[in-house]
Amino acid sequence: MSETTLAPDAMPQNAPGHGAHAGEHGGHSEPTGLWSWITTVDHKRIGVMYFLTSLVFLAIGGIEALIIRVQLFAPEQSVISAETYNQMFTMHGTTMIFLVAMPMAVAFFNYIVPLQIGARDVAFPRLNALSYWVYLFGGIYLNVSWLVGAAPNNSWVGYAPLTSTQYNPGLNADFWVLGLSILGVSSIMGGVNFITTIIQLRAPGMKLMRMPIFTWMTFITSFLLVTALPVIAVALILLAFDRFYATNFFVAASGGDPVLWQHLFWIFGHPEVYILVLPAFGVISDVIPTFSRKPIFGYPVVVYAGVLIGFIGWGVWSHHMFTSGLGPIADSFFVATTMIIAIPTGVKIFNWMATMWGGQIKFNTAMNFAIGLVALFTVGGLSGVMHASAPVDLQQHDSYFVVAHFHYVIVGGILLGMFSGVYYWFPKVTGRFLGEKLGAWHFWTTLVGFNLTFFPMHFSGMYGQPRRTWTYSSQLNVELFNQLSTYGGFILGVSTLIFVWNLWISARRGEKTGSNPWGAASLEWSIPSPPHHYNFPKLPTVQSREPLWHAAERKSIEAVTLQEPNVEPEMPNPSFWPILLASGITATWALVMTGVWWVPLIGLGFTAFCVYMWAFEDPFAKKGDSAGPGAPTKREAAHV
Amino acid sequence: MSEAVLEQQSGGGAAPQDDHHHTATGLNNWKVGFWTFIGSECLFFGTLLSTYMVYKGASLEGPYPRDIFDIPLTTLSTFVLLMSSLAMVLALDGVQKAKRKVAAFWLGVVVVFGGIFLGFQYYEFNHFVHEGLTLSHSVFGSTFYVLTGFHGAHVTVGVIWMATLLVQSLRGKLTPDKALQVEIAGLYWHFVDIVWIVIFVLIYLIP
Amino acid sequence: MSQVTHDDAHEGHAHASPGFYWMIGGILAVLTAVEVALFYIKPPGEQPLLLILSAVKFVMVIGYFMHLKFDSKIFTGVFVAGLTLAVFMVTALVVLYHHMPVTPVPVVG
Repeated sequence: MSETTLAPDAMPQNAPGHGAHAGEHGGHSEPTGLWSWITTVDHKRIGVMYFLTSLVFLAIGGIEALIIRVQLFAPEQSVISAETYNQMFTMHGTTMIFLVAMPMAVAFFNYIVPLQIGARDVAFPRLNALSYWVYLFGGIYLNVSWLVGAAPNNSWVGYAPLTSTQYNPGLNADFWVLGLSILGVSSIMGGVNFITTIIQLRAPGMKLMRMPIFTWMTFITSFLLVTALPVIAVALILLAFDRFYATNFFVAASGGDPVLWQHLFWIFGHPEVYILVLPAFGVISDVIPTFSRKPIFGYPVVVYAGVLIGFIGWGVWSHHMFTSGLGPIADSFFVATTMIIAIPTGVKIFNWMATMWGGQIKFNTAMNFAIGLVALFTVGGLSGVMHASAPVDLQQHDSYFVVAHFHYVIVGGILLGMFSGVYYWFPKVTGRFLGEKLGAWHFWTTLVGFNLTFFPMHFSGMYGQPRRTWTYSSQLNVELFNQLSTYGGFILGVSTLIFVWNLWISARRGEKTGSNPWGAASLEWSIPSPPHHYNFPKLPTVQSREPLWHAAERKSIEAVTLQEPNVEPEMPNPSFWPILLASGITATWALVMTGVWWVPLIGLGFTAFCVYMWAFEDPFAKKGDSAGPGAPTKREAAHV
Repeated sequence: MSEAVLEQQSGGGAAPQDDHHHTATGLNNWKVGFWTFIGSECLFFGTLLSTYMVYKGASLEGPYPRDIFDIPLTTLSTFVLLMSSLAMVLALDGVQKAKRKVAAFWLGVVVVFGGIFLGFQYYEFNHFVHEGLTLSHSVFGSTFYVLTGFHGAHVTVGVIWMATLLVQSLRGKLTPDKALQVEIAGLYWHFVDIVWIVIFVLIYLIP
Repeated sequence: MSQVTHDDAHEGHAHASPGFYWMIGGILAVLTAVEVALFYIKPPGEQPLLLILSAVKFVMVIGYFMHLKFDSKIFTGVFVAGLTLAVFMVTALVVLYHHMPVTPVPVVG
């Protein structure tokens, strides 16, 4: 169901790549070139940067995975050394969670949420840019460890005392501790930004219970981000102090308790997995109604279930610690809460299915991936409920059964949700469709490759193959399962290449489209594709949950959103303080690695300088007044 | 922070430059964002506090808290910090009412009292180190210094922030339309104070 | 040094006078003094009393100095969300470490 829109007369925006860019369509130009991307504070550009960067890290994490799979193809191999293997699975997990899954979700938050609520940008555009640059620099810092042969090797959970200087004296754990600390800053700032944006910048009539479910899930995830990330930030600080300044937080010999690390890590870690999954749930909660031509079934229930998941998610963390000797009373409590949290999660599954029931289903790639999430996440959820029983978990813990579980929910669930979102919103970002033929190849190779990789792991886990071990005995009789997993892994690699190729070719030659190619209901589909840099010429007024599915409402909205304004809305200037401040923050933490207590203070000084310049910068200074984008204005600033 | 004032008015969409000030709540973005940040900081200090509480009694050797805490001294520094919060609200009041000298005076009091608090902290840390309690000596040393140290770091940032505002005030730049900036600085300062209220009772008064 | 000035309207609600804030500051000082007195006297119920007094100080600074009592509930909401989880975490860890029959950490001293 295509919509008539203003015909873009300029070149379409190229999604990938740095360097020369075509200008925005619509007649007026947005700056192009590398510098404009470095200084951008536009949520759409920042969203694109997040997405492309996460793709690069997806490739890196994927290669790490394939190396693991090659090593595990047959028993008792030594394709790589045990030490390298430890680095491989540590970096694979750390990369995929912190450098791929979270940033990819943030890419969607960035691009889509302001459009869905009828806003021109997020509440704090420069802070938004800062979050991105800190992510990029943190990710680079973490991966520089490979170049010095000291990649983290302590698994993505970094248990004490393996991370102590006694057992891990090299730089490996230093990179891990400091790298993750840097990344945490990015997430917290992003969370504050999106909470403020969603509370403050909704268009007239956009009550909270009228927001698209994707925005709701963003809202809940943002609360999880600002509450859970500080916990791991402190845990990492404590570990850093143990490593650099000889404290005793996790050193048993001095009265510390390594299990405390587990508590602190998982108090963060469990909300973290909801941080990972809720955005994907949000994506398909928008996609499925669109391609069922029906509103989401039970909107309030979907919202409250999400809130409940976020809240109860704080009470389940020790189900990761059933083998750590907490005792039966503690264990029982966490068994109960873990089983309880399955309820709101399951409810959502029913809501999605009920949405499809009786709808006019369109099985395009976006929808296929969304349905794929529903099915595969259910499988992962079932194995999760099995783990919830502490006695059963005693057998499953640290086996490949767990690896199967979380890959079903993370890849089968989250990654498929992300893919669905890409196929769904690519037309909005670029003004072109992603190829459906290539999309079909992408989807089916993903489905086959994924299940081939991870389903056998339920079996190898049950037969006793432990995780995080670089090889296994032939007597374990799990060779067949491992071979299947390895073949599956390479098929997944191919499917990802197909995806990247589809992105590349469609951005250049994909079929062009207008503002609402899917005939969807929410506000982002009421503006041109790609949007003007100011998003909305005037803010529309919203009267329902599906604004574009009510004829009169759609008419009044599009009368506002599809016209060219006489005067373009004023948008904040670009700024180079975000990237500079990000480098200051990264440098401060990186300098902790020297072990000399006053050296990071140099970085801190530079950071403070950048904060001051930022604070005194006027984002709305007119071009004539300043030396260039982002330069502090010499005129009397209206505000300090 | 000009985005702050621009967001201050609520409004519907007439011309584009007007609806730039639109907010769904009529509240200020900076204030919403900052309270959210404060909520986040509760978790930061909560984790540090949890670590201290978990390790209460776990040190293998002294000095123990009861051996070296100087309650009268700490009471004095607590009082100083509490009164600095009072000074902060009086400073804000001065800014809001365009009373430049009042505002500058009370901002100066905040800076001085904050500095005195930090001085007490420094003295206390020095004293404890002389008594044999170092960062690495015991879990008490580790947890105590890291918890109160990070609080002190927050106070330091606050003092620098208030000093900046003091300079602005003395230069006549803190007009009533800028009161929001002072208010937000105040939120930060008061929060640092209430963290200390919690630390004082849980670490010093309840051994 | 209290000034009896009248409130200006600001963001829709009236401001307390400086005198009011002095009173709050005075109460906080008195509460702190009581806490310290309790510490030295050590009556029965000292610890719960200390916690209660601190909680009162906490709420007063937040409610009056930070103005949360008079401001939009949205601020209260985002703050209380974080505070609730923090209190929950501290409580849970203290219970897990100090009040479980099977304590994971042997307590010395």
